[in-house]
Amino acid sequence: MTVPGRCTPPDPAEQLYAAPRPGADVLIRQAHVLDPRTGIDELRDVLVRQGQIAELGDPGAVRAPDGATIVEGRGRHLLPAFVDPHVHLRTPGQEYKEDIATGTAAAAAGGYCAIVAMPNTSPTVDTASVMGSLVARARAEARVPTGFLAAITRSLAGEELTEMAELRDAGAIGFTDDGKPVVSAGMLRKALQYQRLAGGIIALHEEDPALSGQGVMHEGAVSARLGMTGIPSLSESTMVARDAALARYENARVHFQHLSCVESVEALSHAKSGGARVSGEASPHHLALTDSEVESLDSRFKMNPPLRSETDRQALIEGLRSGVIDCVATDHAPHAAHEKEVPFEEAPMGTTGLETAFAALYTELVLPGVLGLEVLVERMTAGGALYGLFTPQIAVGQTANLTLIDLEASWVAGEDGYASRSSNCSFDGRRLRGRVLLTLAAGAIVHQRPMLVAAAAPEVAR
Amino acid sequence: MSRHLISIDDLDRAAIERILDRADSFAEVAGREIKKVPALRGRTIVNLFYEASTRTSSSFELAAKRLSADVVSIRAAASSVTKGESLKDTVQTLSAYDPAAIVIRSPHAGAAQLVARWTDAAVVNAGDGKHEHPTQALLDVFTLRRRLGSLEGLKIWIVGDVTHSRVARSDILAFQRMGAEVTVAGPPTLLPREIETLGCRAEPTLGRVDEADVVYVLRMQHERMTESFVPSLREYAARYQINDGRLRPGQLVMHPGPVNRGVELASATIDSPQALIGAQVKAGVAVRMAVLYELLVGSPSLIAAAVA
Repeated sequence: MTVPGRCTPPDPAEQLYAAPRPGADVLIRQAHVLDPRTGIDELRDVLVRQGQIAELGDPGAVRAPDGATIVEGRGRHLLPAFVDPHVHLRTPGQEYKEDIATGTAAAAAGGYCAIVAMPNTSPTVDTASVMGSLVARARAEARVPTGFLAAITRSLAGEELTEMAELRDAGAIGFTDDGKPVVSAGMLRKALQYQRLAGGIIALHEEDPALSGQGVMHEGAVSARLGMTGIPSLSESTMVARDAALARYENARVHFQHLSCVESVEALSHAKSGGARVSGEASPHHLALTDSEVESLDSRFKMNPPLRSETDRQALIEGLRSGVIDCVATDHAPHAAHEKEVPFEEAPMGTTGLETAFAALYTELVLPGVLGLEVLVERMTAGGALYGLFTPQIAVGQTANLTLIDLEASWVAGEDGYASRSSNCSFDGRRLRGRVLLTLAAGAIVHQRPMLVAAAAPEVAR
Repeated sequence: MSRHLISIDDLDRAAIERILDRADSFAEVAGREIKKVPALRGRTIVNLFYEASTRTSSSFELAAKRLSADVVSIRAAASSVTKGESLKDTVQTLSAYDPAAIVIRSPHAGAAQLVARWTDAAVVNAGDGKHEHPTQALLDVFTLRRRLGSLEGLKIWIVGDVTHSRVARSDILAFQRMGAEVTVAGPPTLLPREIETLGCRAEPTLGRVDEADVVYVLRMQHERMTESFVPSLREYAARYQINDGRLRPGQLVMHPGPVNRGVELASATIDSPQALIGAQVKAGVAVRMAVLYELLVGSPSLIAAAVA
C-alpha cells in the first residue's frame, strides 16, 4: 500500500469524531472469528472489557464477567467492523435527506465502525468554520466515529483553492470536490503541490463534463434502447489517466473515488505499476449491478458514475480481487422519496448503500464463488488506512471494532425500513444473504438486532 | 396484468394485428356522415400533455370523442404544473375523477410508466422523451399495411436524427415485429452507439438507400445544429435530404411530422404520390380509437399476454 501524505499526520483517532459512549463489556460466544490481517479464522470466544478486546479464548472456555452482555455467536461470523471512506451525510443543509445521527445509525446497522463524509453540502465544507461546526455536531450526534473531507476548491467551483492548511487544522482528513471533477488540470496540479504543505489525501471524482454532458446513464445498448443521453466510460477513464500522470509528476497522494469502468481500472493499474502514489475504490452497486437495471426506468438505479456494462463490472471485481482497487466504498447518497419519484432523467443521482453493502457483495460476489470472504472483509476494512486512519483488527488489546454477521440469514433489503432517513437504495426489494446482527465501534455497542442478546451474566451480590 | 400501452414491447405481433384490424373498422366509421360510436359512453379519458403537440393531441382527443367518451385535455402550461405541482400529485389529483384512461405526453423517458404506477386508469404513452411513441409506430404500421398489405420482408430505412427520436425507437421495434428489415441511416453524430443491438443495421450514408422499399424520414430539429451535431443544415440537407434525385420510382416516403420543408425532405417529394404523409395523419384517429377501445373494452389480456 502507498504511504499517505507526508505532513506529520495527526493521531488517526483524533481525526474521527463521535458522541461519547461507554466502552462495552460483552462476551461473544463461539463465533467464527475471521480477520484476514491477523490470520485468525476459527471458532473463538471473544471478550470485550471496557471497549477493548480482552480475550480471544477457545470456544466455550471464556467466562463472562459480572454484568457483561452475553451474545450467542454460534453459527455466526465475527469480523473486524468495516470502514467506509465515502458517504454523504447531507449535513449541513439537506437534513431532510440525512443527518449525522441517521447516517451514522445506518453505518452502524451496516456493520461499519468508521465513515468519512463528503463536503458537497450546503454550504460546502470549504471553510474552517463550517468544518468546526461539523466536528461539533459529530461529537454530539455521531453514533459511529466520523471523519470529514473538505473541498479542494471553494464552492466546488474548480477555480480557487480552499484554505487547505487551515481546514486540516480544523479537522479535515483530506480533500475532495466529490460530486464534481476538478476540470482544470492546472487547478488540480496546484492542489497537489499544496498537499506538501497541508497534507491530507486528495480524493477525486473523475468525470470530463465535455464528455458526460447531459448524460443520465451509461452510454451503451441500454441507453440506445431507452433514448436517454449516455455518459461514456471514457468521461471517467481519461480523467483517471490524466490525474494519475499529475500525481506521479508531483509525487502527490491521490485517491480515485467510485471507479466504474474497465478503462479506469486499467489506468489505475498502469499508474500504480509506474510508481504513482494512487489508490482507488469501487462501490457495491457498481460491483453487483449493471446498466440493464435501468431498463426498469426506476430512478433508484440512477447514480453518478452510472451503472455500467457487465464487462465493466467484471473488471471492477477483478480489480478488487487483485488489489488494483484498494477498497470498497459505498458512496452512500441519500435522497428524499419525493425527489426520486420523478421520471428517471429528472431524478437526482445517488443511491444509499451503508445498510446493504456487505450483504449485497456477499450475496453477489462471495456466494457465487467469485470473491473470497476474506478478500471482501479485507477490502471493506481497508478504506481507513488509505486515508491515514486506523485499520480495525481483532486482536487482544485492540479497541473493539467488531461486527457479528449471520451469513445464513436471508432478508429482503428494506423489509424492516432503513436506519437512514432515505430509502433510495439500489438493492431495495432484493433478497440478500448475510445480516449484520451486532456492531461495536470504538469499543461501544452501536447497533444490535432485537432478540440478539442471550442473557446478561448475573450480577454477584457484594 | 398490464392494461397499459407504454412501449411497443408491450405488444406481440398478434396484439398489433388485432389493434390494426380494429383500426380498419374504425377507419370505416370515419367515412360515414356520423363519425361517432357509443363504445366508451360514460367513460372519462384524460389527455395530459407536458409537451407541445398538434397531431398527437388532436387525434387522441378526436379518437376519444368519436368513441363517445368524456374528454379532459390538460396542457402543462395551463395547469398547476406551472405552479410546481409534481407529476405524481397531478396524476393522483386527476385520478380522483376516476378516469378510464390517461393519455400522457412527457419530455422525459419513463413518465408513462410512472403514471401507470400511480393510477388505476389505463395509461397510454403518447410520447415519453426520446424513448417511445408507440401509437405513432402503430399508425405507421397501419398506413403501410393498408398500402402494401403486409410488412413481411419489407426493407425500411429510417433516415435522420435517430438519437433524439422516440418515433425511430418505436418504429424500429414495430417494423421488425411485423417482419420488416430495418436500417437506420444518418449523421454518425446522430446515430446512438450500439443502436444495432435493437436488431437494425446502421449506415452513416445514404449510399445504399436504393435498396429500401420505404424511406422513413425523421424530423431534423434546428437546435441540433447549435448543439454541433451537424455543422450546418445546408450540409445536412446536401448529404441526407430525401428528394426526387435520391429516390427511385416505387419507393414510398413517410414522415411523422411536422416536416421541415427543404431540410430533411424536399418540398416536391412531400407532395408527390410516393409520400404517405397525409395517410399517416389520417390513420392517427382510427388507430388511437382502436388503442383506447382495445385497452378499455376489448381484451386487455391480449396485451397482457405480450408483457408476461
